[in-house]
Amino acid sequence: MWEFPLFPDQASTIASGVDGIYFLLVGLSLFFAVTVFFFILFFAIKYRRGSKADRSGLVFESSKLEFTWSFIPLVLALTVFVIQAKAYFDLYRPPIDAHEIYIVGKQWMWKAQHPEGQDEINELHVPLNRPVRLIMTSQDVIHSFYIPAFRVKQDVLPGRYTSIWFEATRSGTYHLFCTEYCGTDHSGMGGSVIVMPEAEYQQWLAGDSGNVPLAQAGEAAFQQLGCATCHQADPQAQGRGPSLLGLFGQEVQLESGQTVTADEEYLRESIINPRAKIVAGYSSIMPTYQGQISDEGLQQIVAYLKSLKVDGGEQ
Amino acid sequence: MVGMQPVEKGSPRQKGLVTSHEHYLNVDYSVKSWLLTTDHKRIGLLYLVSISVFFMLGGIYAMLIRLELLTPQADVLTGDMYNKVFTLHGFIMVFFFLIPSIPATMGNFLIPLMIGAKDLAFPRLNLASWYVYSIGGLFTVLVLALGGVDTGWTFYTPYSSTYSNSYVILAALGAFFSGFSSIFTGINFIVTIHKMRAPGMTWFRLPLFVWAHYATSIIMILGTPVIAITLLLVGIERLFRIGIFDPALGGDPILFQHLFWFYSHPAVYIMILPSMGIISELITCFSRKRIFGYNFIAFSSMAIAIIGFLVWGHHMFVSGQSVYAGMIFSVLSYLVAIPSAIKVFNWTATLFKGQISYDTPMLYALGFIGLFTVGGLTGLFLAALAIDVHVHDTYFVVAHFHYIMVGGTLMAYLGGLHFWWPKITGRLYPEWWGRLSALLIFAGFNLTFFPQFLVGYMGMPRRYHVYPDEFQVLNVMSTAGSSILAIGYLVPLFYFLWSLRYGLVAGPNPWGAIGLEWTTPSPPPTENFGETPVVTWEAYEYQPDPPTTQQQLKDTDLDAAGIGAPAAK
Repeated sequence: MWEFPLFPDQASTIASGVDGIYFLLVGLSLFFAVTVFFFILFFAIKYRRGSKADRSGLVFESSKLEFTWSFIPLVLALTVFVIQAKAYFDLYRPPIDAHEIYIVGKQWMWKAQHPEGQDEINELHVPLNRPVRLIMTSQDVIHSFYIPAFRVKQDVLPGRYTSIWFEATRSGTYHLFCTEYCGTDHSGMGGSVIVMPEAEYQQWLAGDSGNVPLAQAGEAAFQQLGCATCHQADPQAQGRGPSLLGLFGQEVQLESGQTVTADEEYLRESIINPRAKIVAGYSSIMPTYQGQISDEGLQQIVAYLKSLKVDGGEQ
Repeated sequence: MVGMQPVEKGSPRQKGLVTSHEHYLNVDYSVKSWLLTTDHKRIGLLYLVSISVFFMLGGIYAMLIRLELLTPQADVLTGDMYNKVFTLHGFIMVFFFLIPSIPATMGNFLIPLMIGAKDLAFPRLNLASWYVYSIGGLFTVLVLALGGVDTGWTFYTPYSSTYSNSYVILAALGAFFSGFSSIFTGINFIVTIHKMRAPGMTWFRLPLFVWAHYATSIIMILGTPVIAITLLLVGIERLFRIGIFDPALGGDPILFQHLFWFYSHPAVYIMILPSMGIISELITCFSRKRIFGYNFIAFSSMAIAIIGFLVWGHHMFVSGQSVYAGMIFSVLSYLVAIPSAIKVFNWTATLFKGQISYDTPMLYALGFIGLFTVGGLTGLFLAALAIDVHVHDTYFVVAHFHYIMVGGTLMAYLGGLHFWWPKITGRLYPEWWGRLSALLIFAGFNLTFFPQFLVGYMGMPRRYHVYPDEFQVLNVMSTAGSSILAIGYLVPLFYFLWSLRYGLVAGPNPWGAIGLEWTTPSPPPTENFGETPVVTWEAYEYQPDPPTTQQQLKDTDLDAAGIGAPAAK
């Protein structure tokens, strides 16, 4: 019962790097703290009132000394900055081939949808040794998705997609926490991340979930909501809206003259708030779908739109 | 000379207020004379009483938190109750204790005395600030009476503006009003320090306590209006459903975080800069030595105040703000660490070749340096983006900011209170008990908060009342420490009250300290100085020799010791 570990598991590719920076900082801090505390104690004893220590030659200012003890910490601090900033930067550059899982946070549970159709609550099954990217949104307040063993955390916002990626390096079950305070059952909003070797993972994915694959569910919604009447699959056909074939990942020329990259967030925004970004050559006639699609449904449509590749349509 | 009679315990003449001269306390005893006073010293005491009440209230909530966290299950409080308890703990401690703590009590009391002025520049504004603070306090009490608020002291949207079922608007109004009291105080300090210095009191003869309050006041008047507006916007969105922060209404929740931290990060410097001012006074006095690097300490306060406005985004590394913004905020956060380091090094150098004695205020000052150093260094961990991603919103952060805000500010606050207690009341506190309290607090503090660094790096999120079993041992240590800490805080409460009646009569300058406030009787007369002092000496012109510990002073005639003679004479 009274387990007493002092260090979290290292179960992702970045964990040892983060811990390395941590120990570097622990070392630097110890160096400064021990130096300062040593001098304080040493002076406190040697120059206690009434002691016979030599006190001649008092100095009250020394630019040289001030410069030294400003400059050395400054150089050290900037060195640490450069090292750790690189690690942070990598955290936000997911590999292109990452396996994508869609997450919706809501008071007080995490729901995950796998492209293959599996969905789960407060559990997340991920493959071993394969990069995984999470595309996350919240249905209500801000949550934060945190897996200590992987050293990753990302706030999950309503009305917006944020994403994070990791590559698990050890099979096992790890804590999943919500770390942005979200109300009554905040501390209950968590569960487990289960890392499985590839074969086992495939087996798990193949289990009977009763769901069709995500893109397929998205296509059904796309038809049902009547999106296809304006956004036709054939790029040659002149629809009232632009064709969405092969759109994902492309640069889009806007009516305002700007260009944006068609990422998940752009697709989401264009469905919920179509007037925000109008494609050049089209007029602002699309109605909003806010309130008509659930966050899960929206993710399915996004998954469908991402699957529309130019060479031969659907994957 | 006044207040010098040898002390005879039990003699009726010696009980109660010091009666040997007319001073700000015995000039009028009526309630009206307190409620309508414009004397900065009395207003300082009004604040002292008010913030002490809120400190105890916040402390009770802290103990409830620690009690609940003793075990991994929810056994003392339900989820909703726990959420209210940690919210009220943070809300009360930040807005009603820490922010006003040193400036509104000791700053108010001492700045005019230190610069040789009769009062602050705007005495009625000063009184108004206390009333505005009290209105804010009443809102807070109302929130408590009605059933609390559960948003966390950070009021993050859209939870606060849309989802919370508690008294968010009332609490926001509480913080709004208490914010105005600090704006008033800030304006008053800045004008006073510019315009009311005694002849000869040049900028670079000012005690560093005054410099620190000058820097603090700048933050108060530039930062506080932003939080006031932000909280008002939360109230407007909640009340009228106008989309500002809630995406469902077309707002942006990250905007709230930018606005909130634009104030709330500098607010940390409102808490810590005055503490640094106190430490500079204490270290010099009890080393009997001029401060090392006066200019560097003075300007580092200003540097902290200015750079402190540019680092707010380090609270938002995982919020979804741009990666590049994160990097800028990270590097600026590293830069703001340097002026703090400069201060620590200069204090350490001040000890060199001093005549160091270990009275209670000095113990608190040394404790401050220790705790502040740990707090500052762990801030470097949090400024490191990759580390922050892991430890953000865990107990690592909780431990870090308690080291700064409690370890730092509260140690300095108590150190300063012991140091100037004889000036404020005319009586000495009991030294043995004072030292005991300093040691209890130092030990209790470390036992409470050091384990939280470890449990935080393990991954324990903050604001959890239920947690995995493997975190329990460290939490038990933390709770054990907090009970020592609580006793440490209660002890001074008792002996300070006791000393009001039974403490030894202090005389004008029991520490043999340098500074205009020590040249006037204790307690000071209403007008502070008989005639306007003329300053002809530099700050902290301590002479190494005549040792003046309390014990020796007990039966020494202060005049004969020749300390603290007013320059005007």
